[in-house]
Amino acid sequence: MKIEKRDVLVIGGGAAGMAAATELKKRGRDVVLVERDHVLGGILNQCIHNGFGLHHFKEELTGPEYAERFADLIHEQHIPTHLGMTITEIDTREAENDQKARHRVYGFSSAQGMVCFDVQAVVLSMGCRERNRGNIGTPGTRPSGVYTAGLAQRLVNVEGYIPGKEVVIVGSGDIGLIMARRMSWVGAKVKAVVEIQPYPAGLTRNIVQCLNDFGIPLYLNHVVSEIRGKDRVEAVEITPRDGSEPFVVDCDTVLLSVGLVPDTEVAKTGGISLNPETGGPLVDYRHETSVPGIFACGNVLHVHDLVDYVTEESIRCAVSVDDFIGEEPAGMQIDIHAGANLKYVVPGRMILQGKNHLYMRSLIVSNHSEIQLTAGERVLFSKKLRHVQPSEMIGIDVPEEILKDIGDGDHLEVHLKEMNHE
Amino acid sequence: MDCYDVAIIGGGVSGAAVARRLSAYKLKTVLLEKEADVSFGVSKANSGIIHGGFHHGKKALKSRLEIKGNLMFDQLQKELHFPFRRNGILVAAFSSEEMRTVEELYQNGLDNGAIGIELCSRSRILSLEPKLNPDVVGGLHAPGGGMIEPYQFVFSLMESALKNGVRLMTDFKVSKAEKRGDCYHMTDATGRTVQAGWVVNAAGLYADEISRIFGAEEYDIIPRKGEEFLLDRNASAFTQRVIFPVPSKVSKGMLVIPTVEGTTMVGPTALIGDDKEDKSTTRGNLEQVFSSARRMIPSVSEKDIITSFAGLRPVLEGNDFYIALSSIAPRLVHVAGIQSPGLTAAPAIGEYVKDLLRKAGLVLEENPEYDPEIQAVPRFRGTEKEELDRLIADNPAYGEVVCRCESISEAEIVTAIRRGHRTLDGIKFYTRARMGRCQGGFCTFRILQILQRETGQSIEDLTKRGNGSYLVSAKVGDMPVEEMV
Ligand SMILES: Cc1cc2nc3c(=O)[nH]c(=O)nc-3n(C[C@H](O)[C@H](O)[C@H](O)COP(=O)(O)OP(=O)(O)OC[C@H]3O[C@@H](n4cnc5c(N)ncnc54)[C@H](O)[C@@H]3O)c2cc1C
Ligand SMILES: Cc1cc2nc3c(=O)[nH]c(=O)nc-3n(C[C@H](O)[C@H](O)[C@H](O)COP(=O)(O)OP(=O)(O)OC[C@H]3O[C@@H](n4cnc5c(N)ncnc54)[C@H](O)[C@@H]3O)c2cc1C
Repeated sequence: MKIEKRDVLVIGGGAAGMAAATELKKRGRDVVLVERDHVLGGILNQCIHNGFGLHHFKEELTGPEYAERFADLIHEQHIPTHLGMTITEIDTREAENDQKARHRVYGFSSAQGMVCFDVQAVVLSMGCRERNRGNIGTPGTRPSGVYTAGLAQRLVNVEGYIPGKEVVIVGSGDIGLIMARRMSWVGAKVKAVVEIQPYPAGLTRNIVQCLNDFGIPLYLNHVVSEIRGKDRVEAVEITPRDGSEPFVVDCDTVLLSVGLVPDTEVAKTGGISLNPETGGPLVDYRHETSVPGIFACGNVLHVHDLVDYVTEESIRCAVSVDDFIGEEPAGMQIDIHAGANLKYVVPGRMILQGKNHLYMRSLIVSNHSEIQLTAGERVLFSKKLRHVQPSEMIGIDVPEEILKDIGDGDHLEVHLKEMNHE
Repeated sequence: MDCYDVAIIGGGVSGAAVARRLSAYKLKTVLLEKEADVSFGVSKANSGIIHGGFHHGKKALKSRLEIKGNLMFDQLQKELHFPFRRNGILVAAFSSEEMRTVEELYQNGLDNGAIGIELCSRSRILSLEPKLNPDVVGGLHAPGGGMIEPYQFVFSLMESALKNGVRLMTDFKVSKAEKRGDCYHMTDATGRTVQAGWVVNAAGLYADEISRIFGAEEYDIIPRKGEEFLLDRNASAFTQRVIFPVPSKVSKGMLVIPTVEGTTMVGPTALIGDDKEDKSTTRGNLEQVFSSARRMIPSVSEKDIITSFAGLRPVLEGNDFYIALSSIAPRLVHVAGIQSPGLTAAPAIGEYVKDLLRKAGLVLEENPEYDPEIQAVPRFRGTEKEELDRLIADNPAYGEVVCRCESISEAEIVTAIRRGHRTLDGIKFYTRARMGRCQGGFCTFRILQILQRETGQSIEDLTKRGNGSYLVSAKVGDMPVEEMV
């Protein structure tokens, strides 16, 4: 058995893992990066459209370009990287009660067989996976031609194959919208985008550029109630949710863009507690999970809509890992809860002395709302938001000082207040 | 063209069990299957339970074969290495009325010789399965019941038959049969012809059609649909034993099933239909299945569904198996009406058909080269880490994890392809790749690439399960793009 001893192991070489690894290296840590694919970049590799990096690089890049910037850094900094290696297990048994204990993590690859990483800290950055037909329980037959939008994106953009000629897209998330345009560009006819909610899940910009410009109808408040076809998809039945009559649309392909969930299989082997709202690990303000020395960032922590946020979060996570290894004591922390109109808040704990950064998901659509941070009846901090919708992550910086007289007995909460009804 | 001694029509569990049994004799046997692979019919979509021998009295043929088949599984697993676990069955009763039916089942079990069967008090049954609804009043425990992976069982039977000289022809839909002298000439839709002296009709839902094609007995197979829902490996509803409700007159009811692979399944429904191809699922049935399953195991949750499917039981009037020599068409054996417990009974069906054939005059001489064992395929999942390290050293393809949810390596996928499974579904049933929580979101394309490399077929020619189930329409650039207005 090969044993590799390092300070830190980063699992996953997507946007999150690459940002964390480069930051740790910059800070002089002995870091190793493991990626199951044979190239770095993760999901970015299949996002060949523009719109990445506006915040981080202040220019508009494609997904692969964004990934390449980081991959180059990894290369220049000589960060040891194992490609084609899958991590299967994190053994934290010895670490459970001991802050200083080391972790053993196991990976497998064709080239090296089994490798055991003996490390002080682990960064989880394994990304997410797509929800599928089973998750939304679409009735009907089980023909070929039903794909998740991300798989279709990979087929078209990376492998060069068109999944079908006449397409119905279920869900109006950004990936679905972008695929509607992409499929039209390669010659397929997109006959409908069907969204269960009364409002689109994706960015307005994408509705305009990906649907309206191509004359693709968007059915809000509708569901695909049945998939038909014996060998290959032949049609779908679409049912309006207002009780009016269902109708049938002929098609040979159904693409599902019905959400993403953190990929936490490996995290679970390490006995890490999960947050039922995000599906990712529960973390404190340092991005540390319930197991000391194991950290998480990127889509494995909670699903991000913008890669720039992933990068930002992962760098912050790397700084914490650096502190952890440098035995910087963690500051006093207090739990923070998601209140009205919010699905979740990440991290789950705030530091009393120092800067806090919170990510949230809204449950409502509103053009006039306010984020409020409260301790009981007291409003500690508030910020007006111009537009919120469930598909767009909210990120806020909470100024220092605000929590200075908060103590253990206080109940901290963030909520989103709709201001139109005032 | 040569005349085979025996042609078996249908590559489900019945046909495969007969084929393997006959392969122990010096016979030329061919199995004809209309689909692209074996086990694509009823035998792929069912509950996978090795029944405990208490649901019916001895009078029924299906009951006798169930008991006999059940006892054959330990030996078969040693030879064929398919996933099998004798984890036992519980029947949970929720009233004293139901308890009386349970007592009848217990009596059936005793009469049938079901090993170790016992009546349980409330506390006994709760100690056997703490996840049961505490309202349970008692029940039945049949430790001889168990679980298999049905398609892997069929694949291994077939592999063994092939190894011992049986020939398999897939995509061969028998659509015409003619008797010339001592030989039946069977023709498929594309005009291919196969000749055989004896014919075993194991065509599942279409056994009635085959009977008509051969001018034999008139009967109708009625499809009785069963919908099942598969839950995530992490679902908290996973039980130790298979949990049955107290059966009604028509059905065994809806169950909570812990599969051999560690997932939970709930179902099946039982609805008479008229369309033998209708394997669709509906929303209404989902609700029915879940409320009925939750009555037994309250932690069963719709939230954990990863996929659902429907299977059709081939049911004959009278509800029993019909396994007999035709009295109209000479040398034709019907293996029809093989509804539940067809999987359990299959090994005994093989034996029964062999005896029928011998009695009817087929000369059976032992095949001295018969080898009941096939080679086991090491699996990434469940193999010790150090052992995996050695496997990878021997075959680096074990180090490429293709399906991340189920931890399936490239080596297993290559083995599946080399053993004849050349569709996405065939590979899925052989390896479990694409069967986990992401249902192929990540690995579908990797599998297509491996298939392309191993078979030399282009991606456009690959299918999900043969026939018209193509996967991609064209290469990017090959499809005309309409001018934008
Ligand atoms: C389909 C899609 C389209 C998107 N489009 C846009 C867009 O247009 N604009 C935008 O700004 N943002 C977009 N995003 C969001 C953003 O790009 C992603 O959130 C971001 O790239 C995710 O980075 P990540 O590193 O967290 O995850 P990933 O990129 O998924 O990286 C995770 C990596 O971990 C590896 N891995 C997983 N498990 C293991 C293991 N056990 N062992 C070894 N390696 C492992 C994976 O192979 C993968 O490479 C999109 C996201 C998706 C999913
Ligand atoms: C929902 C459900 C749950 C069940 N659960 C259980 C259980 O838990 N335990 C148990 O013991 N049993 C169970 N059963 C029953 C069991 O699945 C069946 O009894 C068994 O699979 C029948 O196998 P078969 O080989 O007879 O039929 P099939 O598997 O259908 O095989 C027949 C084959 O013949 C082929 N064929 C048809 N026509 C032609 C033609 N013209 N030319 C060539 N080939 C042709 C078909 O393609 C098919 O592959 C269940 C059944 C269902 C539907």
